Amino acid sequence: MLRTFRKGGIHPPDNKLTAGTAIKRLPVPGVVYVPIAQHIGIPSEIIVETKEKVTVGQVIARSGGFVSTNIHAPVAGTVTKLDKIVDSSGYKKQCIVIRTDGKDIANIEETIFPLKKEIALGPKEIISRIQDYGIVGLGGATFPSHVKLAGRPDTQLDYLIVNGVECEPYLTADHRLMLEKAEEIIVGIKIVMLALGINKAIVGIENNKKDAVALFKKLTENESGIQVAALQVKYPQGSEKQLISALLKREVPKNGLPPDVGVVVNNVGTLFAIYEAVQYDKPLTERVVTVTGKKIKNPANFWVKIGTPISDLINEVGGMPEGQYKLINGGPMMGKALKNADVPVTKGTSGILVISEEEALRKEVQNCIRCGECVYVCPMGLEPHLLMSLSEKALFDRALSEDILTCIECGSCSYVCPSNRPLLDYIRFGKLSAKKLEISKN
Amino acid sequence: MHMETIVVSASPHIHSDRTSRKLMYDVVIALVPAFLVSLYLFGISAFIVTAVAIISCLFFEFVIQKYVLKTATTISDGSALLTGILLAFNLPSNIPVWMIIVGSLVAIGIAKLSFGGLGFNIFNPALVARVFLLVSFPVQMTSWPSPVVNNTSLADAVTGATPLGIVKEGLQYGETMTELSSKIPSLSELFLGISGGSIGEMSGLALLLGGIYLLVRRVISWHIPITMLLTIAVMTGIFWLVDPLHYADPLFHLFAGGAILGAFFMATDLVTSPVTRKGMVIFAVGIGAITVVIRLFGAYPEGVSFAILIMNALVPLINKYFKPRRFGEKIKFKMV
Repeated sequence: MLRTFRKGGIHPPDNKLTAGTAIKRLPVPGVVYVPIAQHIGIPSEIIVETKEKVTVGQVIARSGGFVSTNIHAPVAGTVTKLDKIVDSSGYKKQCIVIRTDGKDIANIEETIFPLKKEIALGPKEIISRIQDYGIVGLGGATFPSHVKLAGRPDTQLDYLIVNGVECEPYLTADHRLMLEKAEEIIVGIKIVMLALGINKAIVGIENNKKDAVALFKKLTENESGIQVAALQVKYPQGSEKQLISALLKREVPKNGLPPDVGVVVNNVGTLFAIYEAVQYDKPLTERVVTVTGKKIKNPANFWVKIGTPISDLINEVGGMPEGQYKLINGGPMMGKALKNADVPVTKGTSGILVISEEEALRKEVQNCIRCGECVYVCPMGLEPHLLMSLSEKALFDRALSEDILTCIECGSCSYVCPSNRPLLDYIRFGKLSAKKLEISKN
Repeated sequence: MHMETIVVSASPHIHSDRTSRKLMYDVVIALVPAFLVSLYLFGISAFIVTAVAIISCLFFEFVIQKYVLKTATTISDGSALLTGILLAFNLPSNIPVWMIIVGSLVAIGIAKLSFGGLGFNIFNPALVARVFLLVSFPVQMTSWPSPVVNNTSLADAVTGATPLGIVKEGLQYGETMTELSSKIPSLSELFLGISGGSIGEMSGLALLLGGIYLLVRRVISWHIPITMLLTIAVMTGIFWLVDPLHYADPLFHLFAGGAILGAFFMATDLVTSPVTRKGMVIFAVGIGAITVVIRLFGAYPEGVSFAILIMNALVPLINKYFKPRRFGEKIKFKMV
């Protein structure tokens, strides 16, 4: 029996249409829109002015504090505007707009970097380089990586967990990266182990990516510190807490973080970015994005420069399908529906998904029949039907005591509800109000 | 790009293909084998009872929602249909038609819609109606036509008591199980359905087939039916081991009466059972225990309906006190 997390979880159809499609390089876009808040924490401070010429990899916004990071120019060109632009959150955010300069082709991304295994730097230099080069968690949370690696004085670590789960249906960015950059990722693992001062790592990969499991097993045969574990396919296994539970049977305490159980989790994409930053001084200016959907003509995986408008990606795969559809930044379970395709790709964009008419519309909401399916699938052991009705009735105090704030918003409850009840919508609303209530109490 | 057709809503953006309606119709499908057995044994009268119950349940649901409550009607969601079938399955095949209609009114009007409709009823509607009929019309509700294999006649059949009734009465008059064993059907007859009883509780085999279908389709989980049947078996088994002359054996208790129908189809009613697996086990132990107490020591020979209704009343309490274990409560771990 393969390992998996014990509590809850669902099995949506995985629809990984692009698993066999090699990552292509998207042509350099004409204009990029680079938001200065691409990570969790303090937004970066803009240090360029309009009409200023920038080169690829130049810092254009400086880290605004410890939980913050630098942002670099993804293309060479001219800053045309410092403007507020609607990003994937649906709100207007400060962006740096750069028009690409066709003449400047000293594009470091185009260079082919040979595999470099020796790590010349020590822990402190590694961490400062990760901060300087703008590395954040590429699994979607975009937490600045150097903060995770700096550790906390009160905790002791023993394991690095490498997240190669990619449990969201449709998305294959991590899968392709694991197949195409496996050795680099393994060097990335060693860099992080060195920075953390630990000697054990486990790579967790769901078993619907058998080729990646086999490749990683083969490449780590002689690495005593690195284990590779195939995991049962179950959503939301890519969530840190569930992944730690699956691999180590440790449960991160209610309001805790992975270091509380001796663990740091990093996504494979992040480890590849760390490899490039540490070994080749390459800032994070591009990432892999899956552009997919059942009605999309040529779904594919791309290396995309940060700031590229999503419309460029859609055009590259054959344009939008006919009829009504939903355009999603991310996967179908946790991704955000976009109002239009002018939104730029950011460090947290792992996929662009187009869901067609029949799936896009919500079905009629019926009465709760108390089947308990939402309780059964909740990976956090919550009672979604109860949290929904508490939120509906504005009983936020009660919702707090029912642990509403521990909800990870994975959407499993809404997915299974046979009465099509908008459980997560109400729980999100309840969480927001419960959080305000908690703050006002303290 | 044609942006005017874009749809925006919060995640998740996909949904499983399970719907309440499909769940209800799955239960209906699971009841088909038991219905076929009753047609075979009771002939056209089983059909009439079932058809009247279904039609009157749908009728009352429609009329009450449309003209009394003035809300949208939900007769197509399958739940009123299911209530009708389950009510019929809990009635003797020779019950007068007007009583079925009264029962349907009680099930839909009182037990379901007056509580707020689907999802809000505390008690299983079909069982409320059955118990209402049982206390109102005890004679008609307990004169069971004896089944006739391959029944095609419309004439009044010979009536008799159920196996549980025979045992209860016999033991009260001082007979022992050894003396009674010639009067009650053998275990294989009980299993196949050749004994007196309600329409739906005849054949343990047919009901188990339906129950397995529900388990395979994941409409129900094993927790309620298996725990309930185990509780009945263990409790009656203890009495039987201590005094086999005055207590029937556990297999008899499992296959006679409504234990299997109750375990797989009545107690598992989604609306009126607990939402957590832990709660389901407590609920089922309670039903099993109350059933045995009524069967062995109560006034009625059969206690499944009462047991389920009593435990239905405790479901909100069970849901409150038997919560799922929250993730992150167990914080012990070993570093390596």
